[in-house]
Amino acid sequence: MSMTQQLVLFEEDHRRILEVAERLTVDANAKAIFLVDKNGQLVAEAGELKGIDTTSLASLVAGNIAASGGLAKLIGEDEFPVHFHQGERDSVHVTLVAQRIILVVIFDERSSLGLVRLRVKKAGNKLSEIFDKVFKRVESGLGDEGLGSPFAEISDDEIDNLFSD
Amino acid sequence: MAFINYSAREINCKLVYYGPGLCGKTTNLKQIYEKTAQAAKGKMISLATETERTLFFDFLPLALGEIRGFKTRFHLYTVPGQVFYDASRKLILKGVDGVVFVADSQEERFEANLESFDNLKANLEEQNYELDKIPLVLQYNKRDLPSAVPIEELQECLNPTGKLITFEASAASGKGVFETLKALAKLVIADLKKGSK
Repeated sequence: MSMTQQLVLFEEDHRRILEVAERLTVDANAKAIFLVDKNGQLVAEAGELKGIDTTSLASLVAGNIAASGGLAKLIGEDEFPVHFHQGERDSVHVTLVAQRIILVVIFDERSSLGLVRLRVKKAGNKLSEIFDKVFKRVESGLGDEGLGSPFAEISDDEIDNLFSD
Repeated sequence: MAFINYSAREINCKLVYYGPGLCGKTTNLKQIYEKTAQAAKGKMISLATETERTLFFDFLPLALGEIRGFKTRFHLYTVPGQVFYDASRKLILKGVDGVVFVADSQEERFEANLESFDNLKANLEEQNYELDKIPLVLQYNKRDLPSAVPIEELQECLNPTGKLITFEASAASGKGVFETLKALAKLVIADLKKGSK
């Protein structure tokens, strides 16, 4: 297999990512933080927006980033790394981290664009560090070290059983 | 590419339905949505024009059972089939784990199938995927229509080596829809297994 590399996230990675996201929620006075893979998979969430449809959110955010990335290339830019959607009550601030992860901050009048920008910058650096390590590990083939891939020993029967409806 | 989350004990895979305009990609997803138990599906999203043609993509998240304690989730996407939406198709193919190519069996869409299949090949290659290495299932849709050409003719052009798994379908009535999805999901998991060795 070639193509874009697989994302493998261990508990320790997730814990560290969540720590940064939760810190950012407090520091930026945000309603919620979401981290989404560019392919549209939700990686982590923090804040008070529990209960919203995060799967749809992740897919739409990724679609949005993909579309604007395509637009950027058309006009000779590599990417638009920062997006801001202003709503009547809630606004959305979107940035790219480590080239592959989308950091989404949802905030209302309790915060401001300036504060969010400032805090996102700091948190973005920390997240970049974490994700760079995650991607390097996958690249060097150590993605499954110690835990064993859930797929390596899987049998055909087990695959069949997924569809025993 | 698949996302394996050890913390949530989840495996997420991305499947894309590809094919010419009006071949029934969205109809496949709608059928899957309607016939899947509430607990196993999320909301279906369609980014469509006012005339219900797909503008960017349809999206349907499905949760299958567990493998070795890992929840398996499939994210189903369709591409917009109309020729001029090629930029969007390229974006949606990014990170794909498996493809269903939906061919329109009607005689008058024969050329459109070939054009779309070539387009799939080109767009995959642009991202360093190879058409004959990626999990791919062919669905011959609209078999129920009177102008459907014989399967042999379609096979000759789209599957000359006979290597691809194929299904006859009429997505509007649901026939062949789940068979296609299951076959692709199996190929994708088998591919992950291969990749993890």
